[in-house]
Amino acid sequence: MQTNMQERLGAYDYWPYEDRPKIRWPGGARVAFWVAPNVEYYELDPPANPQRKPWPTPHPSVPGFSIRDYGNRVGHQRQMALLDKYGIRGSVSLSVALCEHHPEIIEMCRERDWEFFSHGVYNTRYTYGMSESQEREMIRDGIETIHRHTGQKCAGYLAPALSHSEHTLDLFAEVGQELFGEEGGIYTCDLFHDDQPTPIRLRSGRRFISMPYSLEMNDTIVYAVNKVEPRHYLTMLKRHFDRLYAEGAESGTVMCIPTHNYQISCPHRIKAFEEALEYITGHSDVWVATGREIASYYLAHHHDDALRDIDAKAAAAGRS
Amino acid sequence: MSLKTPSLESEYLTYPRRRHGYDHDRYAWSMLAERQPIQWPGDKPLAVWVNVSLQFYPLNQRGVPFKVPNGMTMPYPDLRHYSLRDYGNRVGIFRLLQAFEQRGVRPTWAINAQLAEQSPYLITRLKDFGGEFLCHGWNMDHLHYGGQDRDEEAEIVRRSVATLRELTGQPVRGWLSPAKHQSWNTPELLAENGIEYCCDWVNDEMPYAFDTEHGELTIMPLATEIEDQFVMCQNLHSEDSWATQVKDAFDFLLQEGREQGGRLLALNLHPWLVGQPHRIGCLEAVLDHIAGHADVWQAPAGEILDVYRAQVGGKD
Repeated sequence: MQTNMQERLGAYDYWPYEDRPKIRWPGGARVAFWVAPNVEYYELDPPANPQRKPWPTPHPSVPGFSIRDYGNRVGHQRQMALLDKYGIRGSVSLSVALCEHHPEIIEMCRERDWEFFSHGVYNTRYTYGMSESQEREMIRDGIETIHRHTGQKCAGYLAPALSHSEHTLDLFAEVGQELFGEEGGIYTCDLFHDDQPTPIRLRSGRRFISMPYSLEMNDTIVYAVNKVEPRHYLTMLKRHFDRLYAEGAESGTVMCIPTHNYQISCPHRIKAFEEALEYITGHSDVWVATGREIASYYLAHHHDDALRDIDAKAAAAGRS
Repeated sequence: MSLKTPSLESEYLTYPRRRHGYDHDRYAWSMLAERQPIQWPGDKPLAVWVNVSLQFYPLNQRGVPFKVPNGMTMPYPDLRHYSLRDYGNRVGIFRLLQAFEQRGVRPTWAINAQLAEQSPYLITRLKDFGGEFLCHGWNMDHLHYGGQDRDEEAEIVRRSVATLRELTGQPVRGWLSPAKHQSWNTPELLAENGIEYCCDWVNDEMPYAFDTEHGELTIMPLATEIEDQFVMCQNLHSEDSWATQVKDAFDFLLQEGREQGGRLLALNLHPWLVGQPHRIGCLEAVLDHIAGHADVWQAPAGEILDVYRAQVGGKD
């Protein structure tokens, strides 16, 4: 373990939810709603990482590998059919090596004008133990691979298997800017501190935001960690939406459903997901968008006001 | 003094198997919805495979290389788990037999070979009832795993398959590893022993071809996510919730089968769990929903395999 660990993250200030500058989404929408399908590749025999085992049992860990492969072989197209049905363009959290392994999936998403953002190279290669230059190389690989295969200038990041370093957000924003200027590397999904986008403080001083991605609504957390029953997941999604929709009348909120094609698309679970999409998209004043669209809009219309408010409140609280 | 910057070996950022398909050579990459549609007998959109896992959990569990789920957890001798699992083979199975008989279910028996050897009454009863036997390894504490000595594993596979063939008089075409865990050699050893299909890989909902150095196996994926022990023992959902989940899965697959071509519901059951007095009613409700349905072809795994192979090719 590192011995010089920081006590505080330092990427954002304390900024109370009440009395913030109001967010107005396009068309007067109350909630910006996005769906983030994780499309991942886990290796059957990945190299060891000093801090985290990729599989819980000796390789080949068939149970874990095979259910994730199920997501790509079976689950992906089930989920895609539902997103088509409800007029939702997915924002894909992508293990970028999947561009090489399963380009057919990438092509289907491209045809639908879905967004791709980087979720690392493989979900079995962790950031832990990397030097800064190694992490920069991995992040660059992610952004360049997406560009090479899709033509998109990667806007967002979710670190592979949510493995981070102290530099992750800085490096992603720096490499994104280096490659694509203001269009590349503008949001992170790695922080769970808010229900609205928030400005993030980077060492480069670049404008960059945290996008609400919601670990709580993430199907893998719900099903595999919290062991929730499928029909109760539907109840949770509706409650989550209802509250954000109500509060969004005052100031716009963001709701994300992060999914995994090996969880949500199982035959005993997919109905709950479908009913949630039906419910949410059945409301007026919901802006169905992608991560990049929400981030770009926020950066253009709200980011600077937010930053001024944060600084003013921090100054009032005594921060020099 | 400068601090050495920690870093990983360069191997960690190189990807020799980053290529089209998989990072292994076991089977071809393909998506279910893109494949040739399968037609089940009678043009039924859904095949249902009712699999019963009959298991022996040894009291002197070694736990190599890990403790099998649902095995012994207490200090030796763990009488509670030993006897509770044994309950399934003494009591629970007879409730399942009755439920199957009343509904005309044709089950598949996945049995630990050692259990077959030490329970002659049970084997005779299951043979008389009918249904197909597949080999579920030696016992629940003989796991197959990477790093296992090849000769040791070869002997376990050979002994297990031979024992079950002798005791059942059936060809024993299928294999289900304890805990669905394999070594790098397991597929070769299965093929060497004349096994035709393996249920361990849950990466699909239809059979598919799997390469070994000794010829082709077919994977018959035995879904984990809706099996009784996963839902009730791992996820700790109620028996009512499990029944609802199975019915939901059934309804969805039936509809997908109508739209896209034959689908397969693989339902794995454990008599030590679902054979309990307070749970058997939920199994009966599930079977009522499934077994008598006009659009279902309910058959043992080997028959499903044969219909699949006759349409897509592969071994006969």
